[in-house]
Amino acid sequence: MIRMDNVHKAFGQNRVLRGLTLDVARGSSMVIIGGSGTGKSVTLKCVLGLIEPDAGRIEVDGTPVGGGDRDAFLARFGMLFQGAALFDSLPVWQNVAFRLLRGSLKRPADEAREIAVDKLRRVGLKPDVADRFPAELSGGMQKRVGLARAIAADPEIIFFDEPTTGLDPIMAGVINDLIREIVVEMGATAMTITHDMSSVRAIADHVAMLHDGVIQWTGPVADMDGAHDPYVDQFIHGRADGPIEAVR
Amino acid sequence: MILADLLGGLGRSVLTALAALGRIVIFALSALSHILRPPLYPREIGAALLNVGWLSLPVVALTAIFTGGALALQIYAGGARFNAEAVVPQIVAIGMVRELGPVLVGLMIAARVTSSIAAEIATMKVTEQIDALVTLSTHPMKYLVAPRVLAGLITVPLLVGIGDIIGIAGGYTVAVRTLGFNAAAYLQNTVNFLELHDIISSLAKGAAFGFVASVMGCYFGMHSGRGAQGVGRATKTSVEAAAVLILAANFVLTGVFFTL
Repeated sequence: MIRMDNVHKAFGQNRVLRGLTLDVARGSSMVIIGGSGTGKSVTLKCVLGLIEPDAGRIEVDGTPVGGGDRDAFLARFGMLFQGAALFDSLPVWQNVAFRLLRGSLKRPADEAREIAVDKLRRVGLKPDVADRFPAELSGGMQKRVGLARAIAADPEIIFFDEPTTGLDPIMAGVINDLIREIVVEMGATAMTITHDMSSVRAIADHVAMLHDGVIQWTGPVADMDGAHDPYVDQFIHGRADGPIEAVR
Repeated sequence: MILADLLGGLGRSVLTALAALGRIVIFALSALSHILRPPLYPREIGAALLNVGWLSLPVVALTAIFTGGALALQIYAGGARFNAEAVVPQIVAIGMVRELGPVLVGLMIAARVTSSIAAEIATMKVTEQIDALVTLSTHPMKYLVAPRVLAGLITVPLLVGIGDIIGIAGGYTVAVRTLGFNAAAYLQNTVNFLELHDIISSLAKGAAFGFVASVMGCYFGMHSGRGAQGVGRATKTSVEAAAVLILAANFVLTGVFFTL
């Protein structure tokens, strides 16, 4: 269970999170929606400890973020970044097996490579991709490699930051289906941030609408269309008129 | 009122500069502590040694040989004004070893290595690769910064030593081929004139400049702003800061070695 309680974060005068409270149940897939610049990425980074909140409490299974063994804490997570964030200087297989080649999860190189190739296959990439460099891949392939890296060490919790941004609709659909399959197959807790409604409907068990630094509405994805929440209603229908200002 | 505003502005600038200096000192100490504490990443250290040391050799060699040659010509021309042309070997040797070798190698390293480190790390930052490292349980200071700073500390003194030798060789070539010096006498004068103290001060300056150049590249890369403009600014500022700090450190170290 991931619990965020009254989390605040400001960057200078810009108060991004203003008392965000959200629970994500173990094994469920939570998708946070909201406009650009509303603090969705900041929320994920606060949970991972990449950004320290100014106030509030974040717990993962009752343990406060930042307390205890940091390596053990991070070993529970996998993350797919918006731009995949692959390491340019390493071949694909070493990107995927990065965590398995060093640190507490270190394995022999042959074994790590085998796992990497297996994970690449799982995301629909052929083994010959393993020895190529990220710059040689298309955007969709990079996203898949990023997904393979996120699941390489079989994490309990997986974060997806804008998984379909920059992809064509077909590739976006492929990535959405892969994410759903993998999360179900692994029984992992998933947190996704996106403003792509097709992703929301494909990935989510639960949805949370973030605006003005707080969660405006949260509930099962099946209830989203009938939520009667003005923020959710405006966002999912893409209307310019409503409580969310079109020009922010 | 105008005076108060002026003094206020000056005070704020001084405080900002001191705060920045403090952050850089803390960063440098943190980098050193990560070099001394395991785990170390041998592959990253090897790659950094190759990039900072081996791949800088051509530019260092070319800089040194032309500087040594020009120095011999200048000293010969200047010395001729008071019949002191014979001091060319001694002045080339001491000029290269104590001053020009370390400073020019330091500045070339600032231009070549500091800029590339800053641009690489800044790009990694804006493309979230550094965040990715953290989520993969890898400390960026240990994985990115420590190998580069260690490479600067190890390879730049070696480059300075090589630069000194090549610079003296440049002076030798010009003196023997163009100015009519006796080859054996030139070498004898060079070897007899140089002291161990000169060589140690040269290598110590190299280590200090290597440290400054690599730390500046890493610091400004890690603290880069967003986008292409952020990467560009980080790269430019890192080279400016490294060059100025190398020249300032050279002044301080020269003063220190004078008193020894």
